[in-house]
Amino acid sequence: MATVTGTKAASEDKELLISGSEAVAESLTLADIDVVTAYPIRPYDTVMQAIAKKIANGQLVAEYIVAEGEHSQFEIVKHASTVGARVFCGSSGVGWMYAMECLVVTPPLRVPMVCLVGNRALDDPGAFGVEHNDALVVRDLGWLLCWIDTSQEALDTTLIAYRVAEDRRVFLPLAISADGAFLTHSQAITMVPPKEKVDRYLPRYDRGDLLLHPDNPITVAPQANEDWVIEIRRQNDEAMKRAVGVIEEAYADFRRVFGRGPENPWFEEYMADDAEIILVGMGTISLPIKVAIREMRAKGKKVGLVRLRWFRPFPFERLVKALSGAKAIGVIDRDYSFGSPFHSGVVANEIRASLYNADTRPPLLSFICGLGGREVTLEDVNKAVDMCYAAAKSGKADAKTHWLGVRE
Amino acid sequence: MSALICEVVYRGIFQKNLAARIVRGIVLSARKSERWGIAFGRYGDSPQRNGIPAKDFAIVADTKEELEQNMARYEPKHVDVTICVDDTLSKGVESWAWYGLQPINRLTEPNGTLLMTSLQPFEALLKDIHKKDAPYKLSLIRAKASFSGLWVYKEDHTEVRILGALAKIAPSFLTLDAVAEAIGEMEWGSELKVASARKAYDRIETRDVKITEGNTEVPYAFEMPKWWEMREGVTIPAIPIGKPKEGGQGYVPERNPYFKKFSTRTMRPVVDFDTCVKCNLCWIACPDSVFDVMPDGTFDANMEACCGCGVCEAVCPVENCITMVNESAFDDNASQWEMWRKDKTAYKTWLGAKIGDKKTTVRSHGFRFRGQYDEELKQDLDSGGIEITAGIPGENADRKTVPGVGGGR
Repeated sequence: MATVTGTKAASEDKELLISGSEAVAESLTLADIDVVTAYPIRPYDTVMQAIAKKIANGQLVAEYIVAEGEHSQFEIVKHASTVGARVFCGSSGVGWMYAMECLVVTPPLRVPMVCLVGNRALDDPGAFGVEHNDALVVRDLGWLLCWIDTSQEALDTTLIAYRVAEDRRVFLPLAISADGAFLTHSQAITMVPPKEKVDRYLPRYDRGDLLLHPDNPITVAPQANEDWVIEIRRQNDEAMKRAVGVIEEAYADFRRVFGRGPENPWFEEYMADDAEIILVGMGTISLPIKVAIREMRAKGKKVGLVRLRWFRPFPFERLVKALSGAKAIGVIDRDYSFGSPFHSGVVANEIRASLYNADTRPPLLSFICGLGGREVTLEDVNKAVDMCYAAAKSGKADAKTHWLGVRE
Repeated sequence: MSALICEVVYRGIFQKNLAARIVRGIVLSARKSERWGIAFGRYGDSPQRNGIPAKDFAIVADTKEELEQNMARYEPKHVDVTICVDDTLSKGVESWAWYGLQPINRLTEPNGTLLMTSLQPFEALLKDIHKKDAPYKLSLIRAKASFSGLWVYKEDHTEVRILGALAKIAPSFLTLDAVAEAIGEMEWGSELKVASARKAYDRIETRDVKITEGNTEVPYAFEMPKWWEMREGVTIPAIPIGKPKEGGQGYVPERNPYFKKFSTRTMRPVVDFDTCVKCNLCWIACPDSVFDVMPDGTFDANMEACCGCGVCEAVCPVENCITMVNESAFDDNASQWEMWRKDKTAYKTWLGAKIGDKKTTVRSHGFRFRGQYDEELKQDLDSGGIEITAGIPGENADRKTVPGVGGGR
């Protein structure tokens, strides 16, 4: 990792040329994490290597535990978090699936672990390109779930993640999803803030009344059946609802302390204000879309992008405001949900559901694209926009899902 | 249109197979008259634990629609017949789930029947069974509680005797002939068992219970917290470490304020404080922290926490210092040590009566020595019982005979 430039003398930030995974490791160092567990799987292993290097260099003092598999990996941090440690963990694809038993119990136990899911296709055949289905399996379980797009966003979001997850009003696990290869393995210029600023932004993790400690004797997870479980779920539901306000607070404070960051935490709007056609997607898919939009704008086509950052909690009210004025919406999923309504991807159906009560419901077209790490081309995006214009003209979307970039 | 709803209150594990046979027997007997039925357990009782009260249900109805109407709930709210196959459950039922202590007759319909196996007189049972605001019938089959394990089954005919008695209680749903036919078709059935069912039909004893009769104790209850009152993170506070007793001389641990074990045990320890050598072994070995330390260094078994496992009796090095006694011999959960402190002579007399009776000190489950079961069977036979043979169901059924009923099958 090379220091690129020292020209910005005025800024306290340090500029580094680092990948998304390395940016996460920078944040973990700044957040002074206590316990990290590791088990290699591509592309998550890049962050694991970056943290190991930080510890080896003496830049970070933390317990680094190499587990015998993902199941243990997530169990270890779960327990470390209950005794008050700030923890980090992560995985990819089928590794994340192998940890599933721990992943499902983490939200009800109110363990604010922060994880990186380096998005990877679910095997077989050993594919390691990006698909979002791995992280999405926890979408119904009480995990906070967000997608990042750049190294800078990786760094910033990791700091925000601890602030949100460890807020006593929330206390939920948080998975940061990063597209394998496009983000985890691509190095970009990234601003790294000084530790003093981070200390001002990020309070210590205080587990309070839930701390497992001899001075606070409690039992965690006694067996509970039908007499208790629905109440436990309802508590989880409330924490997720409270997370909405906490996330907005965390972004506002981030802007105050670091002098950057989006005003709208939930999604990035790119030329969407006056757009006739709005495309929606998550992660690094934004790159070809933005380029295509600029080309189309040059030809007079008013196209915009809404790139979702937060999937859980899902910003349905804000999305309705942002989308219902368009003439047509095109949702591009880098995931699949076989047999779902309209055979769409996950995001398309979430947005359909969000729009159901809206006063105006533009035609919504759903697309599946870029699976297994396949490149999303400008041609793919142009094709989607053309179809959206056709739907805008007729006022009606076809009840189908279109696969882009598939050989047919 | 009509339906018959029965519950079987039984001891977890020890009577699981017995209860399952009874509810299946009810449904299959009623099927002989073209009734529809379902047999099921209260799911909250599972996974069961040794001795913890649990429930099975059988519902039979004239039509499928009426059956569904009665099935569409977690457990029936009212039952025509409550069947209780261990009379120590007459003190109440506290399930493994969180229901507080429920009177054994809580679900019994007005003018319904509580059918029990017991050797106790009606009056003795009514000291334990809670008062009910409606009259009902108490029916008894003279038998002691039949306890087995999860993988073994004591073929002492309790299941068929219950079914024979039910034919007397609800003849419009289960005729005696239908019960006999159903038993004959069971994989565990035999002519001998049919004969037992018919005998139970003849021998069942029934008495009306008035609303003035019964135990006046208010059953232990608590209110479940709302979701926002519960601690988050699926956490519960640890039980506090307890309080010193009488100026630091003794020590009483805190106990779970919601889950008591009053109805879990079938036996309880009786302690001779005069012979106790204060060795601490009961206090150390008890898995439920039952033993309160008394100011004189002896140990009082607290009945809120005792599940009757008998480990204390097993580890006690002094002969007859701790003796397990059947729960039916007690009317309350009072402190033995306080009784002893108040009047040592009276306590000695009380203790002698409790531990001197072989009938109440014989283990309710498990056996103390090899061959005990054979001895018990012989005693049953000597006192007018019928000969039955132990074994795996079906294994030796052909060799079972019953005098006066005919040869084997």
